[in-house]
Amino acid sequence: MTRTMRGATAVAIGATVSLLAAACAGQGSGGQGGGGETTGAGGDSTVTWWHNSNTGEGKEYYDQVAADFEAANPGVTVQVEAMQHEDMLTKLQAAFQSGDDAQIPDVYMSRGGGELKAEVEAGLVRDLTDDAADTIETISAFTGQYTVDDKVYALPYSMGLVGFWYNKDLFEQAGITEVSPNPTVEEFYGYLDKLKSAGITPASVGAGDKWPAAHYWYYNVVRECPFDTVETAIAEKDYSDPCFIEAGEKLQELLDKEPFNAGFLATPAQSGPTSASGLLATGKVAMELAGHWEPGVAGGLTEDGQVPDFLGWFAYPTFPGQAGDPADQMGGGDAWSVSAGAPDAAVDFAEHLLSDEVQTGFAELDMGLPTNPAATGSVANEVLAQLVPVRDGGGNTQLYLDTRLGQSVGQAMNDAIALVFAGEAGPQDVVDAIESAAEAE
Amino acid sequence: MADDVTTPVAASPATSHPQPVAAGRALRARSAVPAPGGRRTAGPQLRKRLEIAFFVTPALAIFLLFVIWPILTAVQLSVYRWKGFGPLVDFVGLRNYVSVLTNDVFTDSLVHNLVIVVASIAIQLPLGLAIALLLNRKMWGQGLLRTIIFVPYVLAEVIAGVVWFQLLQPQYGVLDTIMAAVGLQGPAQGWLGDPDVALWTVIVVLTWKYLGLAVILFLAGLQGVSEDLYEAAQLDGATWWQVQRKITIPLLGPTLRTWAFLSMIGSLQLFDMVWILTGGGPANATTTMATFLINEGTRRQNFGIAGAASVILFVVALVMALAYQHFILRRDTQADDGGRRAARSRKGATR
Repeated sequence: MTRTMRGATAVAIGATVSLLAAACAGQGSGGQGGGGETTGAGGDSTVTWWHNSNTGEGKEYYDQVAADFEAANPGVTVQVEAMQHEDMLTKLQAAFQSGDDAQIPDVYMSRGGGELKAEVEAGLVRDLTDDAADTIETISAFTGQYTVDDKVYALPYSMGLVGFWYNKDLFEQAGITEVSPNPTVEEFYGYLDKLKSAGITPASVGAGDKWPAAHYWYYNVVRECPFDTVETAIAEKDYSDPCFIEAGEKLQELLDKEPFNAGFLATPAQSGPTSASGLLATGKVAMELAGHWEPGVAGGLTEDGQVPDFLGWFAYPTFPGQAGDPADQMGGGDAWSVSAGAPDAAVDFAEHLLSDEVQTGFAELDMGLPTNPAATGSVANEVLAQLVPVRDGGGNTQLYLDTRLGQSVGQAMNDAIALVFAGEAGPQDVVDAIESAAEAE
Repeated sequence: MADDVTTPVAASPATSHPQPVAAGRALRARSAVPAPGGRRTAGPQLRKRLEIAFFVTPALAIFLLFVIWPILTAVQLSVYRWKGFGPLVDFVGLRNYVSVLTNDVFTDSLVHNLVIVVASIAIQLPLGLAIALLLNRKMWGQGLLRTIIFVPYVLAEVIAGVVWFQLLQPQYGVLDTIMAAVGLQGPAQGWLGDPDVALWTVIVVLTWKYLGLAVILFLAGLQGVSEDLYEAAQLDGATWWQVQRKITIPLLGPTLRTWAFLSMIGSLQLFDMVWILTGGGPANATTTMATFLINEGTRRQNFGIAGAASVILFVVALVMALAYQHFILRRDTQADDGGRRAARSRKGATR
């Protein structure tokens, strides 16, 4: 028995040693090998590309785009990694934390605003102002939110708007025959009253996730404050302009009308049939304030998996005597950034993604609202195409303010706005929350 | 994090001391057998030590890497302002601690944690004890009932959370539908959406989830109570109620105290269920220290503040664990020191 015991011990020890050795060896080669994106002598280079179109036609399309680029540029390999959106954000954050060029993708999605600014300040992002000058010229209407100190660090490829997605059938049922594409707030309150008296819950809001609720406040800011006032306030961290308080008062005015679904404080934004999007998609509420993604989300939440036919869209209402330009809208988009350690081919690839051809295909598949003017006419979905003229109507598109202000200040602001929805904070508290978070930054 | 560190502290006087001795004896007994064969009589001690060192080293290394190092990193982060990338350069001293401790959301979180600690014990102790005493009687369907009581504990916390989240949906959820059918109405904002109700809803779900563990532990403790005592009591004419009150519950003391300790630590670091059910909302009515630090860290990228909050959580858990150890669990350990002979004879009897 002892003999076998010893034998077993020896085997165990041997196995452990070899495991340890293997682990060490693995680590060593991993460290030395890098991400395999070194530029070889023959000009060969590998571009790693992270995107979030990880299902269906979108994924296939992007794979094709990468393959076409490889064919047109011999020696360049594009390594495509399609990830679920939240996974991608987590992985990106981890890659940035490592600070290791081998782990940071060469071309990745940026949401602009304060997040991009923080990345730029950490020296992680490549300045594209000169390297991609032609492309920037083409999409110059949208690069403002991706500019830090007059340098462009990302190429926006899709820019959408937030507005009201509504159920045409329920509106008709409530006797609302004419829905204005850009209603005044009186007209909007009229819709609410009619829907309520018809026994229909007017709107859903995913205040459990906070940002969908916060969008109301952001839009009120866009309506009540001139664009430049907001820009100055953000730059100087001074939100004392009374328009920010008015935005909160307008929000309270809306909340007093109790337009929202029961339990909206705990309602999630998009997950499941009882989420805010789910309630709209299944005909339980008449409208929801949401971005250009809503048809896609709603389609995923219906029984047959189809985008509901009843979806219509109108812009956020305007207020009488508002100081903001009525043509200004609030929205956000996605852009391609190139990391600081990326090979030059990565810039070419990012530019290729903004080319007329790629953007047109992007629009035809309804993957977003393209920024390249050559492609804006190709948006296949009619309801979605409705957003393009509103977006390109001459006003500024303010970025979602939480993205604009960066995570730290943005989340503090969203928390405060959620408290307003819960009736536990007022207009001044939102402004205070932003200011104190901005100061602590 | 706190769990990994504090539980060994709690367990050490009771278990880890006697164990190495016992293990050593067993080893020695084994190695004594081949000695007469005279193969290697020179250094069995040294060899044994090397063997132990060899087998302990990997575990120790993993412990250092995944427990001690993260704790030290959290402490280090807590004195810096750090947004998640770039080097740690912005040293702020104790400012993060001040900002956490003066933050109403954090102090509310601490209060919520303490409410959950007290409520868990106050609800689950009597309820669990009653069920355990009932299930300890010989009856039909005993095994089935025990299984049913224990099933919620076996379910993954996240799965249970998602299911409860759906059940508790306002208007369209199962609970509200049933209530509406009998003419009752839940809170207008729903069970999870009303700031006054949400924390209690979470406590009910936690009770459902963890009652099974209490019952199983109490039942296990009950198996250790000698049948002889019951027989003696019966001969003396004690009623069932008297037997429970004078014999069962006092002898169950060590089990109850250990369970309460585990429950307390679990409540202090509560995260998953709250995160799934409410995410800390509505209006911060259900935040716990753990949701606060995750929110600050991964959502707001204030890693310094999150680090400070995690250190505070660690200290709170450690202090409470040590206090519990000192004032309450000491009874059990003292019995081992002072009345060792009595304890031994008792153990002998139960075996």
